[in-house]
This record gives sequence, C-alpha cells and structure tokens, in this order.
Amino acid sequence: MLKNIGKNMNSFKKNLLKKRYNAERRFQWYGKIAIGLALSFLAVFMFQIFSKGYSAFQKTWIVTEVHYDKELLLIDAESPSKDDLENADYYDVAYKAMTSLDPGLPEEEDRQLIQMVSYKYEAEVKDLLLKNPDYLGKIVPIKLTASDDVDQVHKGNYPRDIPEENRRVNDYQLQIYDMLNERGDILSEFNISFFTSPDSREAELAGIASSFMGTVFSILVCLAFSFPVAVLAAIYLEEFAPKNKFTDFIEVNINNLAAVPSIVFGLLGLGVLLAVFNLPRSTPLVGGITLSLMTLPTIIIAARASLKAVPPSIREAALAMGASNMQTTMHHTVPLSMPGTLSGTIIGLAQALGETAPLILIGMVAFVNTIPGTPVDPAASLPVQIYIWSESAERGFVEKVSACIMVLLAFLILMNLAAQIVRHKFEKKWS
Amino acid sequence: MSKIKAENVNVYYGSKQALFDVSIDIAEKEVTALIGPSGCGKSTFLRCLNRMNDVIEICRVEGSIKMDNLELNSRKLDVVRLRENVGMVFQKPNPFPKTIYENVAYGPTIHGIAQSKEEMDQIVETSLKKAALWNEVKDRLDEIGTGLSGGQQQRLCIARAISVSPEVILMDEPCSALDPIATAQIEELIDDLKKEVTIVIVTHSMSQAARVSQKTGFFHLGKLIEFGPTDKIFKNPENQQTQDYITGRFG
Repeated sequence: MLKNIGKNMNSFKKNLLKKRYNAERRFQWYGKIAIGLALSFLAVFMFQIFSKGYSAFQKTWIVTEVHYDKELLLIDAESPSKDDLENADYYDVAYKAMTSLDPGLPEEEDRQLIQMVSYKYEAEVKDLLLKNPDYLGKIVPIKLTASDDVDQVHKGNYPRDIPEENRRVNDYQLQIYDMLNERGDILSEFNISFFTSPDSREAELAGIASSFMGTVFSILVCLAFSFPVAVLAAIYLEEFAPKNKFTDFIEVNINNLAAVPSIVFGLLGLGVLLAVFNLPRSTPLVGGITLSLMTLPTIIIAARASLKAVPPSIREAALAMGASNMQTTMHHTVPLSMPGTLSGTIIGLAQALGETAPLILIGMVAFVNTIPGTPVDPAASLPVQIYIWSESAERGFVEKVSACIMVLLAFLILMNLAAQIVRHKFEKKWS
Repeated sequence: MSKIKAENVNVYYGSKQALFDVSIDIAEKEVTALIGPSGCGKSTFLRCLNRMNDVIEICRVEGSIKMDNLELNSRKLDVVRLRENVGMVFQKPNPFPKTIYENVAYGPTIHGIAQSKEEMDQIVETSLKKAALWNEVKDRLDEIGTGLSGGQQQRLCIARAISVSPEVILMDEPCSALDPIATAQIEELIDDLKKEVTIVIVTHSMSQAARVSQKTGFFHLGKLIEFGPTDKIFKNPENQQTQDYITGRFG
C-alpha cells in the first residue's frame, strides 16, 4: 500500500506539496506578467507610430482650373515645338490658376491663396502641359499639391480653435478650404511622392527616396566589405588556425569588438576614411564601410558558431576519404555552415540598418535633395532621416517621422524574416 | 602474408599515455578483430593506421607502423595518398548530407579516378553492389543519403569507402548503432569484402569478433594482451585476463 498519498498523507507532507505547487504557479504567473508587460509596451509603441504615421501615406491635392493662355505663356509660334513649351513662362498662368479660386480677392492679398499650395505649383502647371501639349489654349482642371498646412487641416491634425494669430492657416484660407472641400475639389490620394521624392524643406514635398536609396547602398557596401572578410576570418580561425594563446587573444578581441559602441566606429570612419583616405563624405560608400566595421564581429561570431555546429563526423568522413583539410572545409564544412552564417549576416546587417550615430559622424546627416544613383553620391539613410525630420518644427513632419519609422520597421522585419527563412529552409537535418 | 606490421607503438594524448608498446602483424585479406573494454586503446590504434590521430592536436604517435614496407608514422608520408588506400567506416553512420550518388562519387572525384561520367556511374554502381545496397537505392540515387535507414546509411558509408578500391578498410565499431538485422547484413558484407581487402575491425561484441574475424587481438589498459587466431583466443586463450574478458567476468 502506498504511503503518503491521499488520505494517508500527513499534514507536513501535505503542506510541503502545496508549497511546491504554489511556487510553480507563482513562477508561471511572473512569467506571464513579464510577457504581458513586454507585449503592452510593444502595442503602445506600435499604436503611437501607426496612429501618427498612417496619414503620411495620404497626400492632399487642391483641384482648380488652369487656362494655358498662349499670350500669358509668351508663346509666339503657331504650332509650338517641345522646346517652345519647355521655355515658356508659366508664372502668370500658374498664378492665375490659384487666384481664380476667389476672383473677388484684392490683388495685394493674393499671397494667401498661393500659400495654400506647395511652392512647386508652377512646375506642376508646366508638367501637365508638357505631358499634354494639346491643352495649349484650353482651360483644363489641374491637381496641385496642397501646402503642408492645408494638408494637415484636411487630415484633421490642425486644431481650428486656437486664435488666428497663432495659426499658420488664417481664417480666410480656412474659408477657401471649406468652400473647396464642399465642392469636392480637395482630393486625398495615396502619397506616391513620399516614396519617389528626395528630402525637402517643405513637408508636403518631402519623401524618403534619397534616404531609402542611401540605406540600400550603405547596406550593399557593408555586405560587400564585411561578408568576405568575416567569413574568411571565421573559416581560418575555426578550421585552420592552431589553438594557442594568440588565437585565444584574437577571439577575445573579436568578442570585445562586437561590444564597442557604434559611435566609436563613426569616429574611426571620420578619422581614417575621410581624413586619411579622403573618401567622399556623406556618401553610402563611407557609411557602408563604417557600418561593416560594426557588422564584422557579428558575422565572424555567427559564422564560427555555425562552423562549430557542423558535426565532427562529417569532417572525419571527408578526411578519411583522403580529402585534404582545404577540400574538407570547402566541400563539406563551409557549405553546411552557410545557412547559419547567412542568417547571422542578415541579422548583422539589420543591426547596421538601424544605426544612426556613426552615420551622423561621417556626414550622412546632410540635407540631400537628390536621389543617389551610386554609392559615391551624397545620401542620407532611413534612421538619419528620422532624426532629421524629428528636429523639424513643421507639423507636417510629425507624421513623416512616424511613416519613416514604419518603412524602417518593415525593412527590418523583412530582413529578419529572410534570416529565419534562410535558417529553416536551407539547414540540413542530421540523421 | 603480412599487410601491416606495427612495432612498439606508443600513443600519448598530451602527457597521458594511451598505448603501450603495441606490436601486431595484420595479415592480408583477412579480418582482424580488435576487442577489449571501453577506453582500452583499440580505437586509438585503429586510427593510427590511417593517421586520423593527426586531427587531434595533442596526440603524439611513436614507434613504427609499416604497410607493405612503407612507414606510415613518418612526417614525409602523404596522408592523402595513404587514406586513398586505407578506407574507414565509423561507429555512427556519417554519410555526407548529399545525394546517394554524390556520397559514393566523392572519393573517386577528389582522387581523379574516373575519367568520364560513364566510368563514374560504373564505379558508383559497383561500389553500391559490393556494399549490397544497389537493389535498395538504384531508383533513388539522387535522394539525400542521410534520409536512408541506419543500416542503409552504414552500407552507404561502406560503399563510399570501397569506391576508391582501398587495400585496407578500418571499421570502428561499425554495427554498434545498428539493429540485429542490419548488423547481420554488415557482417555478411565483411565476409564478402575480405576476398579483396584487408579488414581491421574494432568491436565491442565478442560474438561478432568470433563470427567475422580470422585473427583477434585483445587490448586492455592500452596494452595488447593477446593476439592470435580467433578460434584460439575464444576457445583456449593463453592469458588469464583474456579468459576473464571473453567469459564476461569484466569489461
């Protein structure tokens, strides 16, 4: 008959057992609370970003009518060529397109209407005619980019109840806005230019194209520099180097390197790449090399770990077949370690992707309003773009900051996903 | 005919001595079994025969091991050429995580044995046939070798070892990870192979040593205690320790 079970259990044993169960239950609760806290922080963070940023993906347009008057355009030719259209004077035509919204307005007050669209409205008027030369002489409707203030009013981000002198949109402009809105002449469409335009001082025109390309080029340069060096270093250290004090010393230092604050690498980039080698500043080339210093130890550590994870039996099998060390490594160990190495590389690159401090030091914080075509053109990067915009006073940049964070997060999630896929899909299963 | 002649072999792992003055004559085209309790040095000795101890940095081998009058324990020896002639099968089946075909073709490829694709196909087929695996895998040569059953994997490893036509095959407890049916197949295979190659097998199973080998050596604490014809070792050993071990009194 079993002692200490059910009715036979004495009270001391009962208490002890109860305590053990309670301890376990408590422990599980602590864990659940910790996870709950972490998730709620994440939820608040995400909610903040999404609620602020989603409106940046909408762009507000003001629809008006433009009369492509040959006289005002100063075009003399009967059938004007492309060059004639290119060189025509659009100032008056564009100006009239806006002032026609309220013909009763005295001339000296016209600026109030012009301020409702972006300063590029003249270029937009010109582009429409260049695309449709047959509009010449006709009155056609045109979409003009609304100024960031009107944009914010339309998105409901701009409070109307503060005194007029503290508002960037005055009562008259609000009246015009309301009139246009009632007519359906305020359009809200997907903001393509956010992805295709470079940075701008004007929030309604600013886009992430230059910083996105800057990030892509930086990451590519970083990959090109760090991956080969790191993989070769890892293979040599793991497969060929003798195990002695010196290689131990190197190993310790690689681990230390991984813990060095990134700003220190930025200073190194500034002091060596820019000052000594005179590489072009503010470029993804310098940024990428600086970042590769950071990712190098991460990749070496990942590559060594995955080389170590290749079972010794595979090496023995190859060696026993008469393969040389080099053949064993290149035919078997390295291919088998590649999934781990690659996913480590992607994780390292994802870290570099979010790095801001070293890029600021090497000048990638500069205002760049061109889209870089090569790694040696000046560019910003996504995290630096967030930093730049977050310092801007205009209300329109608030949503841009959040939107840019969303793009960066999407980029990061994609890369981490890629790392997961590489790891799980290509990893060999051992018998 | 003696194929391998070891004289006064001493092996050290750092300062710890693992083999003491082992001298043994391994005859050609016979199966020589090495038995003894765990840690007695039989695997260490086996690994001296294809210089696999080179992989272990702290391992040092002294003494003379001659194969057909070629000194194996010499710095000048090309281990790649040696291992082409001395194949090895390990305790745990360790096929490459590649296709069955690639597993068998690996040796001939790196040693440049086959001149053409047809010749390689021929080598793969013959090796798999000799390893009694051909009928089971001939329709799926492009499947991954690690997907086979344990016994099939071990036969694949044997096919891989014989693909370069070695003169000697070393087997380090080749059946310890296998079930009795797979073990019987491997033993049958060993019996066939000994017509062409010299086999040295380390085994924990005394019945296996008795079944497959012609000569048996008994190791204990790094020393070769007794070596002789298998019949004699099992029926009428000279040494008391051998007697105790094979009757199961220790080890």
